Amino acid sequence: MLRATIVAAACAASMAAHAQQRPIAADALRSGIAYAGADIRAMQADDLANPGFLWVQRGEALFNENCTACHRDAASMRGVAARYPAYDPSAKSVLDLEGRIEQCRTGRQHKPAFGRESDDLVSLATFVTHQSRGLPMSVSIDGPARASFERGEAFYTQRHGQMNLACTHCHDQSYGKRLYTETISQGHGTAFPAYRLEWQGQGSLQRRLRACLFGVRAEMPKPGAPELTDLELYLAWRANGLPIESPGVRR
Amino acid sequence: MKRRRFVQGAVALVALAVRPVHAALPSIPALDGWLAGRTPRFARIKLSIPAIADNGFAVPMRVMVEGPFAPGPYVKSIRLFSETNPVPDMAVFEFPLPIERVEIESRIRLAGTQQVVAAAELTDGSVYAMATEVIVTLAGCMDGT
Amino acid sequence: MEARINIPAKVVRNEPFEVRLQIRHPMETGYRTDDTGKAIARNVVRSVTCRYNGDLVFAAQLSSGIAANPYLRFFVTARASGELQFEWVDDAGVRISERAPVVVA
Repeated sequence: MLRATIVAAACAASMAAHAQQRPIAADALRSGIAYAGADIRAMQADDLANPGFLWVQRGEALFNENCTACHRDAASMRGVAARYPAYDPSAKSVLDLEGRIEQCRTGRQHKPAFGRESDDLVSLATFVTHQSRGLPMSVSIDGPARASFERGEAFYTQRHGQMNLACTHCHDQSYGKRLYTETISQGHGTAFPAYRLEWQGQGSLQRRLRACLFGVRAEMPKPGAPELTDLELYLAWRANGLPIESPGVRR
Repeated sequence: MKRRRFVQGAVALVALAVRPVHAALPSIPALDGWLAGRTPRFARIKLSIPAIADNGFAVPMRVMVEGPFAPGPYVKSIRLFSETNPVPDMAVFEFPLPIERVEIESRIRLAGTQQVVAAAELTDGSVYAMATEVIVTLAGCMDGT
Repeated sequence: MEARINIPAKVVRNEPFEVRLQIRHPMETGYRTDDTGKAIARNVVRSVTCRYNGDLVFAAQLSSGIAANPYLRFFVTARASGELQFEWVDDAGVRISERAPVVVA
């Protein structure tokens, strides 16, 4: 009983520390799959029909080939994707999962980087994320991650592009409403890397964010740009508690 | 004003739910060429494609032909035709050995709203066909990646 | 070229069993252009065959009208234990073979 009380107090304390109201309350959080059409839902729900598994499979082969020297096995990756983006002491910055894999590659293995949008990196990130399937998003915005989080929040609420729209206009103020024939989602990234029908293949959350910026006629930051990582951290915090879907399927 | 909008809404809903089952095929030269004068029967074959496709790049498709077959003529092949794609012959699925459960699922590409035709040919040369209309929507935003 | 094949672990003699095949392939239509405006050559998986202990039980001729990363779900009647042998070839002449065991309960 005493232990439970202490844990509850610690939770309350940490929540008070960044007692920042999330734009969407925890019980109102909905995954993008809730706004997707029946076909997309069916494709994601059926593991035997979900094309993303081609990348899980490829990622597994790459993981066994490249990563098991240090990381025992796939099971050791459970929970990792749920904590990313995270502050990385060796990089001295917040890294998303892809950035962390690249850092292992170049900084520890001393091999050439895969490349942010390379099929190898997308496959590895898909495989590692898959080990956290069903786990709730649980990123921290404390301490050294705080600055990145605040930059991400500023980016999210700032107007972009010729259309002069901020992310919040669609994804906080208009989710559930129509954009042409599509229904606007809450804009969480919890199903990425995902198989996007529009891409006819698997891609990262950063690619999806860049696509959104293109959509409002803004200049797209390059893949791996720090503002994209900052935004990813903000989005992950905003989605904390939502279960990770992997591999996700989206329109 | 309110009443009229409700009626319009209700009509739209019914139109979506009950798509006309075409007892005639759209004019597709590749299909007509393959039929070579044969008159297809509009029975036994069921082509299932969503009324509205989320994305024209990958549209789920299922085609089934009802048995029983043995003994007697069985399904030799099933063909898929597109009304407006640049390539009208979408696929041919062949069954060299008799099989009771004739069912194929795949994902097709549709270059815009159109009719899709599935035609099954039996070993005695008879043809069963079905056409269905699919509305293909465009994305709300362009994707430049 | 990754592929995923799924067959039930055990099948029942004389009953149809479900086969799922998913192939990693762009199914390039030939109608797209690259950033310089040059047409990207058509390259689709043209033909897929499935043999059951050597007998051809299913074949498909595909076109650009089949979505990228082609997915097929079809049925095969179970006879003897053995294997399904799949083969597919694309416009570039790449030919892939895969096998999956069939165990009759």
